[in-house]
Amino acid sequence: MLEVKSLEAGYGLVQVLRGIDLNVNSGEIVAVLGSNGAGKSTLNNTISGLYKPFAGSIQFEGQEISGMASERIVEMGLVQVPEGRRVFPNLSVLENLEMGSYRRGKGNRAKNIEHILEIFPRLSARLKQLAGTLSGGEQQMVAIGRGLMAEPRLLILDEPSLGLSPLLVEQMFTLIKKINNDGLAIVLVEQNVVQSLAVADRAYVLENGEIALSGPASELIDDAQLKKSYLGI
Amino acid sequence: MLAMNISMMPAAVLNGLMFGAIYALVALGLTLIYGVLHIINFAHGAMLMLALYATFYLFKFAGIDPYLALIIVIPGSYIFGYALYRWGIGKLSHGKDQNILLITLGLSIIFENAAQFFFTADQQTISLSYSYDSFDLGFVYLSYPKVISFVASLVICLMLWWLMATTDLGKAIRAVAKERQGARLVGINVENIYAITYGIGIACLGAAGCLLLPSFYVDPYTGNIFVIVAFTIVVLGGMGSIVGALVGGFIIGITESLGGLFLGESLGQIGISLIFILILVFRPTGLFGAKQ
Repeated sequence: MLEVKSLEAGYGLVQVLRGIDLNVNSGEIVAVLGSNGAGKSTLNNTISGLYKPFAGSIQFEGQEISGMASERIVEMGLVQVPEGRRVFPNLSVLENLEMGSYRRGKGNRAKNIEHILEIFPRLSARLKQLAGTLSGGEQQMVAIGRGLMAEPRLLILDEPSLGLSPLLVEQMFTLIKKINNDGLAIVLVEQNVVQSLAVADRAYVLENGEIALSGPASELIDDAQLKKSYLGI
Repeated sequence: MLAMNISMMPAAVLNGLMFGAIYALVALGLTLIYGVLHIINFAHGAMLMLALYATFYLFKFAGIDPYLALIIVIPGSYIFGYALYRWGIGKLSHGKDQNILLITLGLSIIFENAAQFFFTADQQTISLSYSYDSFDLGFVYLSYPKVISFVASLVICLMLWWLMATTDLGKAIRAVAKERQGARLVGINVENIYAITYGIGIACLGAAGCLLLPSFYVDPYTGNIFVIVAFTIVVLGGMGSIVGALVGGFIIGITESLGGLFLGESLGQIGISLIFILILVFRPTGLFGAKQ
């Protein structure tokens, strides 16, 4: 579904990613793990069309998307829910969700909003409230809901647990699994190694802009190097 | 003298309201561009001047009534503003706000000097058959042009509010104003929205040009008179606020009118400067501006 080959990318003249190879199959949850500065967000933003790669190829459903405009990539069904939520603070929750379907038009909008509210019933009472006034957890729900409104086939979730309380983090990972059960492929970019590996099918570990480790999540969770680097065991 | 002036107050207030609506229209474009692009459009006055000239020459050469010219000048101004941003300002700025500021300043100088070269520095105006007809309200005569301008300005403000509040385009403009990255990630073409916003801002000036000309004049520097007042309105109403621009326009229009009545033409503007200073000292976010 998504195939990244020999990707080199960065900001301006600074190269961050060096020769990244990564692939995601339909219906999978693939975790991309790494500490701060490993290059996770650069990878997301390059795949999403926010940055142009220096070299390499990114194919989505067989079509080359590297360097393609971000709105075209969203239209194709590859959607990112960014780190820090980036909801529209001056728009109501409902308007945020509506903007999620900006490129899809109004055809399925009402039906999709209904579906989002089934996933996040807590938002039902907040529809008229400005998104900027919501709690962190609620904003994360809006951000994911907004992403789902674009009717994605592949959803990139960038650090969805960041800044949430332990209880909410638990709920967030349960929810990610629930969304995936509908058949949606998910790239889960996280620092929370244990919980990410618990829900993921496969995982990649990024270090200094390179893939340091990759494999099935069930195997990586027992990897000695990973345990030492991220779990302090 | 004072008693006579007080008896004329209702008339002065009404006249201030009438002119304030046009001020609001000029300020609306300015505040919209600021609210979304986060820059002060220094070419605003020069663009208003161009709209006034467009209206003037449509009347002079094609005999098109200025109010009828609205249907030509508004879309024309929009297209001009959109194209100027999309293929000029946006490209030359390289994504840096300070560059946009300098480019718009440069454009204003170019437009004003080009106008002086092509249209001369003479003040020009038009005379309509109904220019001096008026409504008699008993205590005041309101000229047709002023009433038409007032109503048309209100209708345009209302349409803009409707566009921003209810349509996908309006919501996208508001989304881009506060969260560019988030907007890109939901598939909004941010550069296009910038150009559309700039186009709408200039379209407001197109409307103001058509509504102003029947009761005003045009020369290469006319726009500056309005744009200085518009800056005050934007600060008073709150930067980026549509409602603020409308209410601010009315307040400034009435202040100017009453200032002229009690202090005379030359000192009448002092009230506007006073409001500007007071609002900066006591409420820098303006009447309807969001706190940062």
